[in-house]
Amino acid sequence: MHTLSISELAEGLRARRFSSRELTQHYLDRIAAHDRALNSYVTITAEQALLQADAADAALAADNAGPLTGIPLAQKDIFCTQGVRTTCGSKMLATFVAPYNATLVDKLQAAAPQGAGMVMLGKANMDEFAMGSSNETSFYGPVKNPWDLERVPGGSSGGSVAAVAAGLAPVATATDTGGSIRQPASLTNLTGIKPTYGRVSRYGMIAFASSLDQAGVVARSAADAAYVLQAMSGFDPRDSTSVDRPVDDYVGALNSPIKGLKIGLPKEYFAEGLDAGSRGLIEAAIKQFESLGASVQEISLPSSPLSVPTYYVVAPAEASSNLARFDGVRYGHRAEGAKTLEELYKRSRGEGFGAEVQRRIMIGTYVLSHGYYDAYYLKAQKVRRLIYEDFKRAFEKVDLVLGPTATGAAFKLGSKTDNPVEMYLNDIYTIAANLAGIPAMSLPCGFVDGLPVGMQLMGNFFDEARMLNVAHQYQQATDFHKQFPQGFK
Amino acid sequence: MSLSPEQVRQVAQLARLQLAPEQTEHYARQLSNILEMVDALSRVDTEGVAPMAHPLDMVQRLRPDVVSETDQRAAMQSIAPKVADGVYLVPRVIE
Repeated sequence: MHTLSISELAEGLRARRFSSRELTQHYLDRIAAHDRALNSYVTITAEQALLQADAADAALAADNAGPLTGIPLAQKDIFCTQGVRTTCGSKMLATFVAPYNATLVDKLQAAAPQGAGMVMLGKANMDEFAMGSSNETSFYGPVKNPWDLERVPGGSSGGSVAAVAAGLAPVATATDTGGSIRQPASLTNLTGIKPTYGRVSRYGMIAFASSLDQAGVVARSAADAAYVLQAMSGFDPRDSTSVDRPVDDYVGALNSPIKGLKIGLPKEYFAEGLDAGSRGLIEAAIKQFESLGASVQEISLPSSPLSVPTYYVVAPAEASSNLARFDGVRYGHRAEGAKTLEELYKRSRGEGFGAEVQRRIMIGTYVLSHGYYDAYYLKAQKVRRLIYEDFKRAFEKVDLVLGPTATGAAFKLGSKTDNPVEMYLNDIYTIAANLAGIPAMSLPCGFVDGLPVGMQLMGNFFDEARMLNVAHQYQQATDFHKQFPQGFK
Repeated sequence: MSLSPEQVRQVAQLARLQLAPEQTEHYARQLSNILEMVDALSRVDTEGVAPMAHPLDMVQRLRPDVVSETDQRAAMQSIAPKVADGVYLVPRVIE
C-alpha cells in the first residue's frame, strides 16, 4: 500500500479494497518497524490516527468524503495541533501543547466538506525552529536519509522528507523559508513545492522569518503534491499576509500539454559550485523538456550571488524579533530558580534554544541594533528588491526558470556542522525564490552514485498550476521519482 | 566586520540570552564569519533602490472593530509554566 499514489489510495478506499483504518495501521506498523533507523517522527499519534481513520471510513461509507478523506499524512512539527504537542524541533517547546490548530491542520484534517478528512500519523522532526539545512539542529536528534543512513536528509523539513521517502507516510506538510522544502526533497528523491508567499495560511505555523516563511508539501510525485496543495491553499482572514484570491485547479491542470513552454536557464545557476554529476542530470532533464515541446533559452539573474548574504540579514533579523516571544513566562521552557525577571528571560532562552538558533538571534539582534540598521538591514532590503527585479525581468521572457535545487547530493552527517557559513551555502539556489516571494519546487531528475538529485523549477507569482503541470508531464516521461530506497521496500 | 567576545556579550544581553563564558569566543568567531559573508552587500550599488520589506504589494486589511474572539484565558494559561488566580507569575519586580 505504501508505494501507491494519492489517487490510487483514494481509489482503493472508495472501492473498499482497504479501509482507512487498515491503511493507517499499515503506516503505523511501518513507522514502528523503520523509524528507529530514521528518527523522522518526533511524536507518533497512533491512537488519534485510528480514531480519525474510523471517522474517515464512516464518511466514505456515507458518501461524505472528499478526494483525500482517509489518507494518512505526517505534519511537520512546526504546525500547531490542538491536544498534540508541537515542539518545532526545540527544547524550548518540549512540552508545548497548542491551544488551537493551525489553519492548515484544520483544512487538511477536519472532516469533509469543511476539511479534507486526512489522518495525521504524527509530527515530523525538523531543524530547530526550521533553522538548518541538514536536520542536525533538532533537539530531538538528527534525521537520517533513507537513501544512505550515514547522510543527512536535508533540512529544515528533514523528518517530513525522510518519512515520505521511506514510505512511513504517503505525503507530508513542510515549510520553506530559504529552501527547507526544496533542498530536502532534492536529497531524498521527492517532489516538493513551496507555493507563492501568501498562498497557504501561516496561522498556527510557528514563525521563523515572517516575510519569507511559506507552507507547502513534500510528496512522491507532482500529482500527489497537487492534490494536497489544492486542499491546503486559500485565503485565511487569520493571517494578515494571506492572499484573497481563488485557488487554481492544480489537479485539473496536470494533464495539459506543455508544447510551446518557454524555459529560462539562469547562467548564474550553472556556474562553478555545482557538482558535475548533478549538472549532467539537469542537462539531460533539459533535453527531456525539449522533447516534450518546450523551448529553452539562457537568461541572467545577475543579483543571485547576493541572495545568501541578503537572506542572512533579513531572516535572522525577523527571527530575532519573532523569537522574542519565548520568555519563560507564557509558555515554553522556564529556567528554575531565577531570582529576577531578567535572569528568568536570559536563562530560559539560554537553556531552551540550541546553538544555531542562538547564532541567528544574535546576528539578527546585531543587524537591527542602533548604528548598524542602515548598513545591514536597510541595505539587505534594497538588495532584496534587486533580486526580485531579476525575476520580474526573467518572467517577461520565459514561463519558468529551471536550475539545480542543491549544489550536489546528500552529504554526510556531521560534515558541515562546525562551519555555519558552509552550511548556509547549501541554500544558494533556493533562497532567491523566498526573497522574491515566487513559487518554486524541486523534483527528482536522477541519481549520482545511488543518491538522488533534484532540479528546481521557479515560476511567476501564483503559477503553481503550471509548475505542477510541467513537473507532472516530466514525470509521465521519466521514472526517477518512482525509485524507492533499498531497505524500506 | 568581525565581532569581539565582548561585543558578543553585549549582543547576547540585548537578545536576553544567557551564554556560558566558554561559548563567547566560539560564537565570536562564527558570527564574524557570517558577517564577513554578509559584507558582500556593502559593495552593491543600491542608489535609488527602494527597500523591499515584503514580497507582495499589499495593504493591511481592516475589519470592523467588533469583538470576534471569546475569552480563552483559561485555555491559554493552562500551558503556562506558572500561573495563579488568572495571572502569570514571574520573580518579584517591585520591592
